Amino acid sequence: MQPTLFSTLHLTVSQITFHIRKMLENDPQLQDVWVEGEISNLSKPNSGHIYFTLKDKNASLRCVMWKADATRLRINIRDGMSIEAHGKIAVYEPQGQYQLIVNSIQPKGEGALYQEFLRLKTMLQAEGIFDEERKRAIPELPRVIGIVTSETGAALRDMLNTLRRRLPLARVILAPSPVQGVDAPPALVKALAALNKQQPDVILLARGGGSIEDLWAFNDERVVRAVADSNAPVICGVGHETDFTLCDFAADLRAPTPTAAAELATPTTLNDLQESLSDFDARLSSSMLNLVADEKSSLAALVSRLKYVSPERQIQSSYQRLDELSRRALSALTHRIALQSKHVDGISKKLQALNPEAILSRGYAIITRNEDGAVVSKIIQAQGKMKARLSDGEFDIIRDS
Amino acid sequence: MAKSKSTQKPVEELTYEEALAELESVVDTLESEQNPLEDSMKLYERGQALVARCGELLEAAQLKVQKLAGESAAPFEEELE
Repeated sequence: MQPTLFSTLHLTVSQITFHIRKMLENDPQLQDVWVEGEISNLSKPNSGHIYFTLKDKNASLRCVMWKADATRLRINIRDGMSIEAHGKIAVYEPQGQYQLIVNSIQPKGEGALYQEFLRLKTMLQAEGIFDEERKRAIPELPRVIGIVTSETGAALRDMLNTLRRRLPLARVILAPSPVQGVDAPPALVKALAALNKQQPDVILLARGGGSIEDLWAFNDERVVRAVADSNAPVICGVGHETDFTLCDFAADLRAPTPTAAAELATPTTLNDLQESLSDFDARLSSSMLNLVADEKSSLAALVSRLKYVSPERQIQSSYQRLDELSRRALSALTHRIALQSKHVDGISKKLQALNPEAILSRGYAIITRNEDGAVVSKIIQAQGKMKARLSDGEFDIIRDS
Repeated sequence: MAKSKSTQKPVEELTYEEALAELESVVDTLESEQNPLEDSMKLYERGQALVARCGELLEAAQLKVQKLAGESAAPFEEELE
């Protein structure tokens, strides 16, 4: 085709690059895509970003993984590795290149496993196997704790250490089973069944961390059903915090790690038991002290009632009455004496009025004969020596005529 | 109370759970019921013995680990690190 000066589009490089960028970045399919291929030209500069090219037989695609996503990578990628990369298509304008901005990478094949995981999950969910109503409570203080895990794994050691620290009172029954590989699912099912016959209070189903393939036995339909059918409540602690298996959903409780599973299986610890024991001890003592105090006070009440009715009290009361009478007698007597004394005073005054001495003080005299002491009231009687008594004394007198 | 007397085992024969359950009922009885003082004293003494028994068991507790082999459980020897 001949170029024509009258073409409708006439753009700068920047403008057309911007246009292409808008086209690609506005396509939702290209903004959320899995791309499968082989890694080449892998470069990990100090910036922390990762650059590589994804290739297959006929094409190649430049890829960038920014530092924030690169630090979350759980697999060690290298040249030649077949992977599935998830991300969005973007355009790097200075180079005029389109590229995949990768935010997560998984080994090839995981995508298919994940699809299977989703299919099984949907199916079992529809059956109600994961229903919340099915979940049983974990006992507060288990006596027998069953463990299904590998006999040689670090998970078992971690769980036993945790149980030993938190609740050494418990008995542990281990039902060993391989936890990965084709033999694992039937062995896990058998271990769960054998353990249930021992009637443990709770079962820990656990495995340490690993890749999604390593953990796959815990997504096996047979194992998931065995967990759901277990008589004893099951705590599932498989892999790490971020790993979810179907057993986690079927279990009565999901723990992020085996150690956490052991912790969740022992809600009450030795410490708690010791605390509640001292609590009981204190209640025991105080109830006894209260009891004794109650007895003492009812005894005291009886004693006071007894005192009230005792002969001692009657005797005291008689004494009191006696005292009262004697006090009244005394007071009556005193009164009488006072009256009498007043009476005597009156008589004494009258007597005083009759006293001849009073007449003497008015100028009279009493003359008595010395001879016989007779009062001389007539001249004929005046003989011999006599005494004249005046108000202030007496003197001798003789008749001389 | 009469019932518990007739079935009372020596505390040395009780498991932790049995001792704790009985202790709980002893404390409840002492706290809530009016009993003759002599009975209460006996209950109290029993309670003290139960506290001691529980304490001993807690002190001495060591995790027992068994391994299932077929139908029976045998002691499990942990490998030392």
